[in-house]
Amino acid sequence: MKRLLATLAIGAMAATALAGCAQSAADSGHRSIKVAYQKFGTFTQMDAQMKAVKAQYEAANPQVTVDLVSIQASENDYYTKLSLMNRSAATAPDVLYEDTSLIQSDADAGYLAPLDDYASKWGDWSQFPDNAKKAGSGSDGKLYGISMGTDTRALWYNKDLLKRAGVTVPWEPKNWKDIVDAAEKIKAAEPGVIPINIYSGKGLGEASVMQGLEMLLYGTDNTLFDTEANKWITGSKGFIDSLGMIKDVYQGGLAPTPQEALDPNFGTTLTSDLVPNGKVAIFLDGSWQSGTWLASGALSWPEWTTALGQAPMPTQNGQKPGTTSMSGGWTLAMGSKSQNKDDAWNFIQLALNQKNSKAYAIAASQIPVRDDVSKDPEFIASNPTAEFFAGLVAVTHFRPANSNYSQVSNLIQVAMESVMTGQQSPAEAAKAYDAGLKDAVGADLVMPAK
Amino acid sequence: MSPSQLLVTRPRGRTVRPRASGFGRSALRSTPLVPALILLALFLLAPIVSSFYGSFTDSALTGGAAQGSTFIGLKNYAKLFSNPDFYKSIWLTILFLVGSAIVGQNVLGLGLALLMQTSNRIIRSVVGTLVVSSWVLPEIVAAFAAYAFFHNKGTLNAMLGSVGITGPDWLYALPMIAIILANVWRGTAFSMLVYTAALSDVPQDVNESAEMDGAGGVKRLVYITLPIIRQTISTNLMLTTLQTLSAFTIIYVMTGGGPGTNSSTLPVLAYQEAFKFSQLGLGTAIATILLLIGAVFSVIYIRALKPGVD
Repeated sequence: MKRLLATLAIGAMAATALAGCAQSAADSGHRSIKVAYQKFGTFTQMDAQMKAVKAQYEAANPQVTVDLVSIQASENDYYTKLSLMNRSAATAPDVLYEDTSLIQSDADAGYLAPLDDYASKWGDWSQFPDNAKKAGSGSDGKLYGISMGTDTRALWYNKDLLKRAGVTVPWEPKNWKDIVDAAEKIKAAEPGVIPINIYSGKGLGEASVMQGLEMLLYGTDNTLFDTEANKWITGSKGFIDSLGMIKDVYQGGLAPTPQEALDPNFGTTLTSDLVPNGKVAIFLDGSWQSGTWLASGALSWPEWTTALGQAPMPTQNGQKPGTTSMSGGWTLAMGSKSQNKDDAWNFIQLALNQKNSKAYAIAASQIPVRDDVSKDPEFIASNPTAEFFAGLVAVTHFRPANSNYSQVSNLIQVAMESVMTGQQSPAEAAKAYDAGLKDAVGADLVMPAK
Repeated sequence: MSPSQLLVTRPRGRTVRPRASGFGRSALRSTPLVPALILLALFLLAPIVSSFYGSFTDSALTGGAAQGSTFIGLKNYAKLFSNPDFYKSIWLTILFLVGSAIVGQNVLGLGLALLMQTSNRIIRSVVGTLVVSSWVLPEIVAAFAAYAFFHNKGTLNAMLGSVGITGPDWLYALPMIAIILANVWRGTAFSMLVYTAALSDVPQDVNESAEMDGAGGVKRLVYITLPIIRQTISTNLMLTTLQTLSAFTIIYVMTGGGPGTNSSTLPVLAYQEAFKFSQLGLGTAIATILLLIGAVFSVIYIRALKPGVD
């Protein structure tokens, strides 16, 4: 009994002591904000940018400490870790680097704080065009994220490899068949070279969906989502054809082997090794890729400007408007559990002012959203592809703005993986996707393709 | 060591009963156990109960359900039982369990223990060190070692290549074989240690008299050794089964459950549903099923080998 009392007494003392600690920290008047973002493989630009902004911010606000939480994880794991952090007030970040496709579901989850009141008082807000403002809004119409920049996607190719295989450069494919034909020629002429890379499968996460399947699907007569009816589309021919293209390149030996492509590190391998070393001829990829090869990037490769060409992604049969692209983009958002919301907003405002936005757009090869950055001569001169990729904005598509998107994205990854590994035919995988879609979003939110 | 030893060496014929006492007295006497019971309930029982409850909700990592989950009855289970991947996953889990734990670790562990019993000291210590070294590695290190060994350009295929055989891409073409072998490699040491301890309890005189009656090695193993260490076999089967059912790191590191779903055992599937697809409720439903499978196997072992009966 005595021992029990002693134990209880020690416990009580410890509790008092801990409470005391918490008290003294709050009293000192010193505040801190936590900024969470991704740092993975060759994507180091955000880390560099946040370090620079932290230094500026702390110099101007000595009473606030900025804690940088760089989450070293692949894209899917980054989302998971962020969600887990957001669940508890003790770990939730004040400022977070948030993909536009996740804003709706994370806002619905109550993880994000609305920013309308802050933005309306921000002088710079007029520099953001309407579509950039819309990219950060949730399903309730409130603003949850401030756009950092956008991007487009297209075909990149190695000029030398295409020339040697007998493909005319500059290469201008008019439909999917032209792409497959070029890849076949490269396969015949250059063994040891990957003819074409289209990201696919669960390993690469959202990159497979957006740079892969959606770049194909949005060039057919179908889409993923009917924006008028606000419903997800099942049983579309375009979806089966897109999976068919994945099957053709992977099972036809035109793409990386499925085991290479399913490695979560494959994206890093591609941009840091395969492309600079001339091991891949064509790759369907994003406008930001050149950021890796700039002098400030993870792997300086100045020859990329002459070695690589870019071609818009053609539609399936060349149907109007002839080319297609997908756009996404990332935002800075504020955590709803933040204790220091004003400090968090000041940080976002500083990180996205003209000077910092321009620095990030140049370093990360972003298509800037601020008018005063996209018209800035220094930005225009910084990257020879800036004009090409900005031009694709005219034909680009955005991902369905729906809070179920992340779940649908996962279903697409599963369908792609089962097709590329030969476990299912495109029709079977599309059927499994349709069934999964009904489960994930509910039968009343799906509709058959017209 | 193993519970069987405790049973064997327990003093017999002397049962100590507490003096007859009133309820108040026994309650007072068990008071010192209360803190321990509270801790057990808090850290062992509570997670199971909360996971069990979670499997009946639509709890999610993101989206509206993350704000507050609602009770949805058996919907998660209905969803699972209508998903062909789930049945494939159960089959793969049982294949992994039988291949790597029940057959691999137990048979190999017992075999090694028997061989070491009759071998000399040098061989015993060399083999013992080699086997145990894979077991003392942290799981993540062992998993990466196995990944490097079975990788397409890894140690195994390099060794096969040096004798002119082109090995398959183990992790891609034969993922189940690769993870089963890796788990056998990692887990055999435990069974070997348990069986070594149990074999030292087999009375030498029984064996000798059987030998004099003309029983050969196999007969002595089947009729003398195995029945005597029956309780250890049961305990060891149960422990390795439960350990293997929950194996996640080694599979996730080596194959990630792929290619496709070809090595997605239940723990990998649960992780995928809960943390990749953000559906915590569905993930915990899979965990509950895993719990049931473990319980079924435990009951089978206890019934079949009757560890409590001497």
